[in-house]
Amino acid sequence: MGPGCRRGDIGFVETTSQMADIAPSTGLAPATETLLKHYRAQVMTRRVYSILVALGVLVALFLAMNYANAANSGKFFDRLPYMFDFVKNFLPRDPLEIFRAMFDLPSPYFDGSAKYDYTSERVYITVNLYIPHLIYQLIITVNIAIVSTIIGGTLAFCLCFFAATNLVGAGAVRWFVRRVMEVLRAFPEIVIAGMLTAILSIGPIAAIVAVSLHTIGALGKLFFEVVENADMKPDEGLKSVGATWLERVRYAIVPQVLPNFVSYGLLRMEINVRASTIIGAVGGGGIGEVFRLSIGRDYAAQTYAIIIMLLVTIIVIDQFSGWLRRRLVGNQGFDIARGSV
Amino acid sequence: MTAISSAERARLEKKFPDVFKRSFFKQYGLPLGIGLTLAYLVFCWFFFNVGPALQNGKWDRASIYVQDWYSWRAQPRLRFGDDGVVTAQWSSRGQYPEGANIPWLTPHDDGSMTAVFDGEANRLDISTTGVDVYIDGVAWPVTITADGAYAPENAPPAIEQDRDKVWVHYGFAGQAEIRDNQVAVQRRFFGWANFLYDPRSVLWGNDLFSSIGLAFSGDQVVEGKPNIQLIWEQWLGNQAWQHADILVKLFQTLVMAFVGTLLATLIAFPLAFFAARNITQNRPTNWLMKRFFDFIRSVDMLIWALFFTRGFGPGPIPGIAAIFLTDTGALGKVYAEALENVDDKQREGMKSVGAHPVSVNRYGVVPQVLPVFVSQSLYFWESNTRSATVIGAVGAGGIGLKLLETMGTNSDWDKVAYMVLLILFVVFLFDNISTAIRQRLIVGPGQAAH
Repeated sequence: MGPGCRRGDIGFVETTSQMADIAPSTGLAPATETLLKHYRAQVMTRRVYSILVALGVLVALFLAMNYANAANSGKFFDRLPYMFDFVKNFLPRDPLEIFRAMFDLPSPYFDGSAKYDYTSERVYITVNLYIPHLIYQLIITVNIAIVSTIIGGTLAFCLCFFAATNLVGAGAVRWFVRRVMEVLRAFPEIVIAGMLTAILSIGPIAAIVAVSLHTIGALGKLFFEVVENADMKPDEGLKSVGATWLERVRYAIVPQVLPNFVSYGLLRMEINVRASTIIGAVGGGGIGEVFRLSIGRDYAAQTYAIIIMLLVTIIVIDQFSGWLRRRLVGNQGFDIARGSV
Repeated sequence: MTAISSAERARLEKKFPDVFKRSFFKQYGLPLGIGLTLAYLVFCWFFFNVGPALQNGKWDRASIYVQDWYSWRAQPRLRFGDDGVVTAQWSSRGQYPEGANIPWLTPHDDGSMTAVFDGEANRLDISTTGVDVYIDGVAWPVTITADGAYAPENAPPAIEQDRDKVWVHYGFAGQAEIRDNQVAVQRRFFGWANFLYDPRSVLWGNDLFSSIGLAFSGDQVVEGKPNIQLIWEQWLGNQAWQHADILVKLFQTLVMAFVGTLLATLIAFPLAFFAARNITQNRPTNWLMKRFFDFIRSVDMLIWALFFTRGFGPGPIPGIAAIFLTDTGALGKVYAEALENVDDKQREGMKSVGAHPVSVNRYGVVPQVLPVFVSQSLYFWESNTRSATVIGAVGAGGIGLKLLETMGTNSDWDKVAYMVLLILFVVFLFDNISTAIRQRLIVGPGQAAH
């Protein structure tokens, strides 16, 4: 547990100095003195190494930032004033415009241009009842996320048992399934989306397939780790009465791991909402694409409307799934599962 | 084994009511849930118009795109000259240098030309008056007149008459379209064409092994330049594959992830101390800091990326800014949670000897949380290497944008495959590096839970 514990072990007297553990001290027995000397030497070595590593990282950071600045089309300090100007000028004509854009209400500034034309893209359900365009796109994006989580989660559920050491003895099967999951996880989503866009033209199917495939890889890894940590006693009990492999999985493993699976699935859904927004921007349709277009065309009111809607949606979904997860598995550190993103 | 009596049965039912009389939800929950999910999927099938979209898909092109990942096409047009000579015409993207000796395409002295597809038994003998199509050794003469090309009667299905032109299909090896004035040949080969050197290079025609041989041989291909340098320059400068450009873009993506995560770590580290309730005992500060983390975390990475692309122009800076902002929020939240879970004994020990508050945190808190912090940051670095690709595609530059541009041409799928392989390689490499560092950092099982 670091130097904190060892300091106590050798009866070292604490001073208020910053370099407490290598400060001089007197009045110790010779044996303790030697011990102290060695301890100090080790602490010094450690510190030198730590400082060297920290310096190395900082130098790398500096070089990388320099490189990024040189590679950018506008230099950071040259563009900074433009950035502030952009933020300052990128404002709707009055705050209410944002809500008019959000709910497709006619704008008083309408001059025939598309910038203030909020009403023409309403999605009518009945003659009078309509869904505002932006909200409809948001619904598409959220649905893409939910569908991909369901499809990806189901396939990951089927695959994960074949990757778990405690259920599958055959090394080759496990190795193969795990590699498949790894490739699915690391495969760039935009390539799948782009390939399908080339075949099916722009639309949500490309986004669904891309996000689903990634979900299989990401959830599959988390799932099989849960399965590997499952209690094997129920499994042994079923084995002793001659149950088949499928029955053992169904009645011994699944009931144990299901709450964790659902919890991971919900966490994945939060991530997928963000992922489907981004994939939408590169050709998957939905709110991401509308956002990319509106910020590119300087439609301030629409842009802010989308930012607010996305922020609210993401916070609501995060809170809801967090609440559900806490009910399912208690307060475990699941927020940290981002490593599998 | 006998059936249990009714009294025993009643006793068991009374003793374990939660097994025999389960609530409605427990009894029918699973089938109900599955049914609802299926109903939802059916609804989405219609909501997203999946059926029509699949029907209208260009599935014939799909197989070509997939084949393009691992094979390449040579597409010369064999033009019929007025003097009876057949000449091969290549587009600007042709894979052979001017005047190269192409093994499968031989011109003859009488002006005709032979295109070999799958062995001598499957070939085209092309002259300006007619094309002899050989399929499995049998010749089928296609006659060419002034107004079109016509296949013979009862030709096999591989030869297809399409109005006034004739299609010949040789499966994977390729196809040919015979018209009145030209034969458009499409010959497919396994592998990537000119991956090492483009046709304009002096080294064109060398494969990997002969390149290695050249690198160690004494004779200089170009006077005054070591072969190994020449090979390196010619490979990087390959016009068809743009190795230099792709590697630079990949490096930009890695820089985005690295700088973004590291900056986020450096900023989130001090801020997390203000957000942790046990360290800064000031409720409003904790609350404000946590809400600040929540806010910048919840604004989508896409929004930050597009926003900064507008401000700074395309390049790594918007990518860094997007990763930096989202991850400052996410890391700050995770760090604050780790800080709130520290063991208070070490802090108390430091306080009891009258240490300065900074020392209390330096020696009482940091040694406990540092491994967790570093391992979290490594996790984020790992995942950001992946997300930097996507962020790049929306305008932040790097390999993501390059991928999107390459896919937009719809013909360079081999280059897409190459970039995907590079990305997979880099992601696996970084995964393994970060896993190795993390395993060295975290020893105790108690901390491994994080």
